Formats: sequence, C-alpha cells, structure tokens
Amino acid sequence: MVCRTTDEYRAMAQAGCLVVGEPAFWAGYDRSSVDGFRDYFVQLTECEPARAAKFGLDHYTWLCINPKEAQDVVFAREVMKLIPEFIDRPNVLGIGEIGLNRNTSRELAIFEEHLDLAIRLNQLVLIHTPHLEDKLKGTNMILDALKNRPELEPGRVLIDHCEEHTFPLVKDAGYWAGLTLYPTSKLNPKRAADILETYGTDRVWANSAADWGDSDPLALTALACELYGRGFSRPEVDRLLLSNPEAFMSQSPKFRKVSARLG
Amino acid sequence: MKRSKKEVLDADFAAARAGVLDVAAFLDRVDRGEGEADFRYRALLEVLPLLSVPGPGRARAVLEALSCRDAAIAETAASKAACGAPNPNK
Repeated sequence: MVCRTTDEYRAMAQAGCLVVGEPAFWAGYDRSSVDGFRDYFVQLTECEPARAAKFGLDHYTWLCINPKEAQDVVFAREVMKLIPEFIDRPNVLGIGEIGLNRNTSRELAIFEEHLDLAIRLNQLVLIHTPHLEDKLKGTNMILDALKNRPELEPGRVLIDHCEEHTFPLVKDAGYWAGLTLYPTSKLNPKRAADILETYGTDRVWANSAADWGDSDPLALTALACELYGRGFSRPEVDRLLLSNPEAFMSQSPKFRKVSARLG
Repeated sequence: MKRSKKEVLDADFAAARAGVLDVAAFLDRVDRGEGEADFRYRALLEVLPLLSVPGPGRARAVLEALSCRDAAIAETAASKAACGAPNPNK
C-alpha cells in the first residue's frame, strides 16, 4: 500500500478486510540505486505493517526486484543480494512478485535467479504474469521455467494476474491461480466471477490491485457482491476470500490465521 | 447456483449494450481523427467477428487473438508497457 492513502487502509478495515498482502513491485518509476530498494524493503517490512496495524489489519509482504526494473541484470542482482537480509523479518512470506513484464531474456534470467533463491531459502513464491498482449506468451515462459525446477512444489507457488486464456494453463499445471482485480484495464470483478463460475474456487485466490495506476483496494468487495448476486453461497465466497488465501499463506510459519477472529 | 439466461440478461444486458456502443463510438472517433490508424485499430476490428461465434469461450478467444504470437525472445524491450495488441512491425 505504499502508493495508497491511510484513508484507504481505513476503508479496507471498515469493509471487513483483515489482512493486506503487498508484494514488492514497481513504484511507477525506476529506483536509481540499490539503496533505494533497501529503503523500499524497510518501508514494506516496518512502515506499512505499522500503518496497517492502526486499523487492525495484519500486513504481509513479498520481496524481490520486480521485472519492470530487471532489464539491468547487474543492478537487479545487486538488489537481490539485499533479500537475505530482510527475508526473516516477521511479515515477509516469500519471494514476489517476480515474473515477467515484456518477456525479455533479461527478465527471464532474473526471474529464474529469483526462483533459485526461493528454493535456496525455502520460500513461498508469488509470480506476476505480464499484461495484455504479452500475458499468454509470458505465462507459458513462466510455466516452462517452473517445470525446470521440480524442487519447487506447485502448491507453494501462486501465479497471479490470470485471465480467461491463462487461468486453465496455470491450474492444469498444478499451481495456485491468482485473479487480480482492476476497474477497467485488466481483469474486472464480473469477468473474475465468470472464471470462478466456470472453473470453481479450488486453488484460487482473488485480490484487489492497489498500485500506482488505476486500481481499487476495495475491488474484492465488488467481487463478493457479484458472486452473491449470482447465487454463490456464503461458504463458497468465504472459501475464496478467506480460507484459500489462508491455506496458501499459512504454508509460511510467519502467517497468523485470522479466521479464528471471526468466531 | 446456475442462473437462467433471462436472469443473466436482466443483470447485465444494459452494461453489455453500453460496452458494444463504447466500441462503436471509439471506432467512429478514430475514423474522425487525422492521419493513419495503427495496428491496434485493425487488431480490434479483427476480433469483432469472434463475438458472433456461437458457444462459450469468446472472452478467451478475443484475448488469444490479441496476444503476441512471436516465439522469439528479445533481449530487451523498447517500452515498459504493453499496448494491448501485437505489433506486427516489432
């Protein structure tokens, strides 16, 4: 939520959100130094958890250098050297959001090095798939890279930003599939509901994009309303929005289950 | 849980109608513009027939048609941002 206001934390809490998951990502500009990333990792592991806690929200994060800033592989490797220093912090659940942006060989090299780091550090993995015309090709490149790493158990890997043409590829390969919601430009709540209606809620999580662009941290509430309107039951919606993310994130011993709070 | 076709139409027809009109108005807007339209305009026109193909999977077919089909992997990219349609000149 580094791009968002404190009012939005409040709105999320008032809407019933219990946990915020915030991966390291592009901030809308390229950071000019490795120390810029060190500051960012401090922000993700100290400042944002404190901001969230003021509204009763648990805050978790994932560390990496995102693919948009991975074109300079020498720089990217220097940033990656910071990760072991932060990985044991209490709100860090794993490596993410790694992946691809424009499907270049440089991005792929850094993506694969992140996967190897996750294996070495025994971390969960959160993967970003490219947008728009690059998504299908990039998803296939990501799946190929994962196939070459049998040490990574598919149940410990979540591949995010799935849409109608990539969701079945991810699920068929045994990975968790993420549906990231946007107001207009990418997957919206109605189309996400279509995917859930077609394929069900097994090994799926949904999340609201809350980045520097056109996005809405409360998009999950729109999805819940859409699902109820289509006749999904309360247990089915709870499975998608509560049990499933808990099941995935609980694979990290640092994650504190929140369902018990609900009674 | 499955809704009837009428229930779906009641819920979403107006929004879908508005969406189709948005596409039509957008194409008119491009036509009124000066100069030549680029590959994005043609890409959008080319997927429109997919909407009238019977059966499920239209959204997936449109996404696949608007996907990059080049198997080659470049070392770098000219831009950080995708544009929504494969550029045949890339």
